[in-house]
Order: sequence, then structure tokens, then C-alpha cells
Amino acid sequence: MTGVLAFLGRNTLGLLRYASGLYDLAHQTAYWTFVAPFKGRGLKWGSAVHQMVLAGFNALPIISLISVFVGMVLAFQGAYQLEKLGAGYYVAALVGVSMTRELGPLITAIVVAGRSGSAFAAEIGTMKVSEEIDALEAMGLNSVKYLVVPKYLALLLMMPCLTLVSDLAGILGGAIFGLYQLDQSFSMYILATRDALVMRDISTGLVKSVVFGLIITKVGCYEGFAVRGGAEGVGKATTAAVVISIFLIILADLVFTALFYYTS
Amino acid sequence: MAEQLTGPIIRVVDLVSHYGERRVLNRVSLEVQAGETMVIVGGSGAGKSTLLRHVIRLERPTSGHVYIKNYDVCHIPEEQFNLLRRKIGMLFQSAALFNSLTVEENVALPLRELTQLEESTIHIMTRIKLDLVGLSGVQHYMPAELSGGMKKRAGLARALAMDPEILLFDEPSAGLDPITAAGIDSLILKLKLAFKMTIVVVTHEMASAFTIADRITVMHEGEVIAAGAPEEIRNSPHARVQQFLHRVPEGETKDAQAHLRALTQSGRF
Repeated sequence: MTGVLAFLGRNTLGLLRYASGLYDLAHQTAYWTFVAPFKGRGLKWGSAVHQMVLAGFNALPIISLISVFVGMVLAFQGAYQLEKLGAGYYVAALVGVSMTRELGPLITAIVVAGRSGSAFAAEIGTMKVSEEIDALEAMGLNSVKYLVVPKYLALLLMMPCLTLVSDLAGILGGAIFGLYQLDQSFSMYILATRDALVMRDISTGLVKSVVFGLIITKVGCYEGFAVRGGAEGVGKATTAAVVISIFLIILADLVFTALFYYTS
Repeated sequence: MAEQLTGPIIRVVDLVSHYGERRVLNRVSLEVQAGETMVIVGGSGAGKSTLLRHVIRLERPTSGHVYIKNYDVCHIPEEQFNLLRRKIGMLFQSAALFNSLTVEENVALPLRELTQLEESTIHIMTRIKLDLVGLSGVQHYMPAELSGGMKKRAGLARALAMDPEILLFDEPSAGLDPITAAGIDSLILKLKLAFKMTIVVVTHEMASAFTIADRITVMHEGEVIAAGAPEEIRNSPHARVQQFLHRVPEGETKDAQAHLRALTQSGRF
């Protein structure tokens, strides 16, 4: 019994420590992004743009491709049910609404967590192991400002953009299915999608994507800074960064979806 | 911070530090005078690198104080410490060059970020520092393309970029062959003579310590066990100091019973 309690207590404490660590990093990042530049302490725009290319632009092909496939899969599965009711026309609505509200942001977040979250953890972790973080601090250069803020800004701006691309690609996937299976013309499919979508579908998806971007940067960088003990530690941090960000993304997704559901 | 300084430039008072539960520094006190070269020697795990990290506030102590130029390092605000920190250069054990930047960019980084100098001035200053450590001609190399000794030199050039008054070395000769290590030693001597810098070196190479030191501090298991001029250390009656000087290995376990117990009982359960 005491063993169980000790186990629970230890894990709860560990969880709280992790949460407070993430909060602390979020706090510092927000300061160095939104407050410090106005006090004349500068912002690393150059590296932010570099990160935008790495995390945003370079992710375009894979996110588009996956989204087209998911759009097609959704159309197949939707048609399987809807055609029984003779409502094949509504496949476009189903694909459009699911992509913009849910799957666009989620697919984008999962791909970015895998591509960039892991890269953040590996980069910062390696720098930690090779004393580069210490060297930065020893020079009086803030490691959050130099390493976290550019990544944070990059994802803050790139996540909504990537999500829009994912939304469009998913709808395109559905349209391909519509073209061949439902004998709908391309323009008809797009019209049906437009009729079904409201602005709120797209905007809630974009709000989510920004939150997912925050989670990916925070967890990736936090895991990087927390690296202990050489190359093995970097490997563990990279894995943890991906697993924990995906978990938190799904959790946040649930919270936001519920919120949007009850407030609509 | 231009006021006249009286007393030691670095003063460590009763410093206690823990890594988790383990105590790594136990009431360590140390004074370094301006312009002198202090060498801290001791075995692995003696806490000497940790002590150095405290001086530049990379670690926070459990209790005790570190004063640099009479400023309490642990308790002054970040802004003020950043100004103080510009007067301190540190060469890390692994040189800690930024792997994504060339050698030249590494040396120029503190100048670019912390000063408003013209790019052309920064360029010239970078060349001067690299020349000073004998690294002319490799400025466009990436750190990964350099040998261990060259990395150390490049790291030293970066530590010198801001013309520091205090220079800290963490194991400057670790992982280097004897000839390269001697080269680093002579470089340290050169800096000491040419710039009158205050230098603190952490090392376990006694030969190197006796070459460069004005004073030597010997640490063992988180405590200072001897301090003084090289001659005093050489003649110290302390058993540990003599053991360290003459490279005597750790003795066999005296208590056979305790040894047996340690072997047969597993640690965790």
C-alpha cells in the first residue's frame, strides 16, 4: 500500500516539476519575444527566418502529401456510410469540415512534432552536452533568447500557414475521390465544400494550430535543456520530445474541441 | 566598475554546493589576487570544475559567497552580472565552440552581440585574437575540422575576445598530447606576462601546475586541503597532497568485512 502511495506521490511530483519547468520556459520565452525587444534588447530575426524555412517551408511537401491521402481516406470512409442514405453529395461537407476543424491542424502538428520538435531537442541537447549552452551563458548571452525565441517565432507564424495548406490539400484529396467515384465535377465538389464550411470552422482550426506550435517548441526545447549525460541523453530527449508533444497536442485538442463545441 | 580595487579580485567564502543529494563542495574558501595565476589541482570528482562554474555563476551554491571585485556574484541582479561577466573569459574543457559557426564567427560572436563595434573593427580584432593564440589561417574552418589542440586555442581566442581581466581555464590540457599540452601552458604563460591577466586554471596535471602557477590550491573530495606557493605545496606534509604529487594509487580496502558486504549486497533493494 505504502509502495503504491509512494509511487503515485513520486510521479505526481515529477509531473508537477515538469509542468513548472515548461511554464518557466514559456514565461522566459514570452519575455524575450514580446517584452525584451521593446527594451532595446533585440530579437534574432535572422535565425527566426532560418527556422521558418527549416520547420515551415521544408515541411510543405510531406504535409501536403499526407493531407491529400487523409482527405481521400475520409472521402472513402464517408462515402461508405453516406451512399447508403443516398447522400453522396455530403462527402464534400464531411471532408471539408473534418479537415479544417480537426485533421488539418492535427496532421500538421504531428508532422511538425516529428520533424522539428525532435530537431529542437537534439540541437539544444547536443549543445548542452558539448558545453555550448554554458559557453553562451558564460558570455552573458541568454540561451532562451538565442536558441528558443527564433524557434518559437518560427512555429508561431508557420503553424497556421502549414495548417491552411493541409486544409486545402485534404479538400483536394476529397475532390479527387469525388471526381472518380461520385461523378462530381471538380467545381461542383468545391462549391459543395464552400456551402458546408463557415469561417468559424477554419478559424478554430487555426487557433488550435498556434497552440500546438507552442507545445512543440516548449517541449522540444525543454527536453533539450534537460539533457544529462552524453549522446544517450540526447537520444532519450529526442524521443521524449516527440512522444510528450504528441500526447499534449492530443490533450489540448480535446480541451479546445470541447471548448469550441460548448461555445458555438 | 572602474573603481580602485582593494583586496583579492576573486574571493570565495565558505562555499557549499550540492548536486542533488551529493555534496560536491564543502565550505571551500579561496582568494585570488589581481594579476596572479592560481592553479587548482585535485583528482577527478574533487569539485574543482564545480568551483570554477560557481565563479561564473553557472551553478548556484547551497550556501556561501563568491565575490568578484567585491561584487557578490550570487546575489547581484542579472543586468549587473552581465557587465561583470564581460570582464571574465572562460575556456571550457571541451572548448565549447559553437559547431554551427566557423572559427572566425565563434571568436567574433561576443563582439557582435555585446558591443556596437563596426564589422570591419570586429574583423580585425578577431584576426588579432586568432593570431595571438597561433591560429592564423584557419578562420574559415568549422570546429569539427580542427584538432583537439586547435579547438582549445580557438576557444581561448573566443575567451579573449572581450579583453577580459580574469581568465578561467577548465582542464586546458585534458585530452591533449604532452607536446600540445605544453603549447597551451606556454600560451597561458605568455598571456600572463603580456596582459597581466588574473588567471585561474583547474587541472590535474601537476607538471603543468608547477610550470604556470604563482599559487596552487589542492582540493580533495570537495574540500581545500592545501594552498600556497608551488614550493610550499611540494613540501607539504599532507598525505593526500604527497600522494597526488607522487601519483600513488588509492590503497586497498582495509576493512575486508565492509568490502565483502559492499560486494554481496546489491545497492537498490
